[in-house]
Amino acid sequence: MEWETVIGLEIHAQLSTKSKIFSSASTKYGAEPNSQACAVDLGLPGVLPVLNIEAVNKAIKFGLAVNAHINQRNVFDRKNYFYPDLPKGYQISQLDWPIVGEGKIDITLGENTKSIGVTRAHLEEDAGKSIHDLYDDYTAIDLNRAGTPLLEIVSEPDMRSAKEAVAYAKKIHTLVQYIGICDGNMQEGSFRCDANVSIRPMGQEKLGTRAELKNINSFKFLEKAINLEVERQQDIIEDGGQIVQETRLYDAVKNETRSMRSKEEANDYRYFPDPDLLPVEISDELLASIKAELPELPLEKKARFISDLGLSDYDADVLTSHKALADYFETMLTGNESNAKLCANWVMGELSALLNKNQIEIQDSPVSAQDLSLLIQRIGDDTISGKIAKDVFKAMWDGEGSADDIIESKGLKQMTDMGEIEAIVDEIIANNTPQVEQFKSGNEKIIGFFVGQIMKATGGKANPKQVNELLRKKLVQ
Amino acid sequence: MSLSEDKASQIAYLARLSLSKDELKSNTKELNNILNLVEQLQQIDAKGIEPMSHPLHMSQRLRADEVREIDDSESFQSIAPKTGSGHYLVPTVIE
Repeated sequence: MEWETVIGLEIHAQLSTKSKIFSSASTKYGAEPNSQACAVDLGLPGVLPVLNIEAVNKAIKFGLAVNAHINQRNVFDRKNYFYPDLPKGYQISQLDWPIVGEGKIDITLGENTKSIGVTRAHLEEDAGKSIHDLYDDYTAIDLNRAGTPLLEIVSEPDMRSAKEAVAYAKKIHTLVQYIGICDGNMQEGSFRCDANVSIRPMGQEKLGTRAELKNINSFKFLEKAINLEVERQQDIIEDGGQIVQETRLYDAVKNETRSMRSKEEANDYRYFPDPDLLPVEISDELLASIKAELPELPLEKKARFISDLGLSDYDADVLTSHKALADYFETMLTGNESNAKLCANWVMGELSALLNKNQIEIQDSPVSAQDLSLLIQRIGDDTISGKIAKDVFKAMWDGEGSADDIIESKGLKQMTDMGEIEAIVDEIIANNTPQVEQFKSGNEKIIGFFVGQIMKATGGKANPKQVNELLRKKLVQ
Repeated sequence: MSLSEDKASQIAYLARLSLSKDELKSNTKELNNILNLVEQLQQIDAKGIEPMSHPLHMSQRLRADEVREIDDSESFQSIAPKTGSGHYLVPTVIE
């Protein structure tokens, strides 16, 4: 039987605020255990949560970026469950009146573009961390993360393959970084994905029973976990069994998913409006001001790169895939306005190659955008050839100075004295009679030999275009 | 609407309440009394009335995003049953 996979994602994006969603404790990552957990975060008696305006602003930004309806009146609820890293016995979340309503986002897979529905996005607080391997007889609890603002972004079950799910997750990942609401760091857990996966016979409308996959902390694992789960469900159904609705934990080491039995029993969260928090009202003014300061979104930027800079669809897509990459490229354009394509080639070619090789992120590149911009300007104004520029770039990477310093100190300036170049061309022609004969008898390719000889004689400093023109003129004489 | 003792016992479990047989009996009765009141309320025609989340006609005050708490973990940990290496320690939780 042919099966269709149905996937919906729940993404938890940690909002990059300085303080927590309901308290003034710091959200900084990596602090000493429990040093950033105040009385509100610990849920001590008599405390009152007060909502952080930045968490609200950032949630609105996301809503606007996915063209969603912003619920100008939204309400916080208590989601009740018992777990040691949840000190209050409830998580403050939003159920019936989330801040962000329905929106959508387009994903691209190869040639195809598909629209994925965003059901809703709501604000909630994160729980603390349980550490199981620190003590033999105890679980250790660090509550620094408790109360960190999260935006839970829930998609419609619109994805039909692991690849689509990854494309959607990546799109959201890029977007939250673009609009500056989340640092996107998956290792530190700032961006987490849960996947709801079910299968159904191809053509059937009714959805199958789903399993929720948790503990996925990279896009690679997201794809693997979904594919594993689809296989597991097919095997069960084809063997005459039934899927149970449950939460399954992905184990990257064993590459398997396993049932989280502890969650089976009590999926009854008994939500109710939190009496400690009044409804949030977002004024038209606040909404308008956030709309006004929303930065250019990836798709808008891509369209502008194509229409204003004349880049190809592919180049524009790559350059806008990460905010840091787009920022770097745009900084480079200053002084190279007419050489956008050249800038793009350098960022995506030489620079990316070295960054990848050394596993350095572009924001930490030893060659800054300003430095690389200067190098491109020197190609643009014919000070050096593109070939010499590659050597200059390597020297810049190794910290030997600016493009101008290196060109000067190594004497790499392109030869501009036509007489000098002409003399060299004449000499090479005179010393290589057999090759001249070959050229004259129609072997066009032999011109490469002459260019090579001349570049060698000039130490690569002749302008290849000039050399070519000169050669052709001289060889037919 | 009537709540069975089984259902009441399940609700008690969700709230981590340990009830004796007698307590369960009396609690079930009390819960059913409350549910009977709710049943009366449900006979009211509430069509077109927006559900209310809070009884006050006020909205949430918002706080500026500033760190103003200091590390007070020592005093918090002094009232915890067990701590170690800066952590709160609880009986092992198996996932």
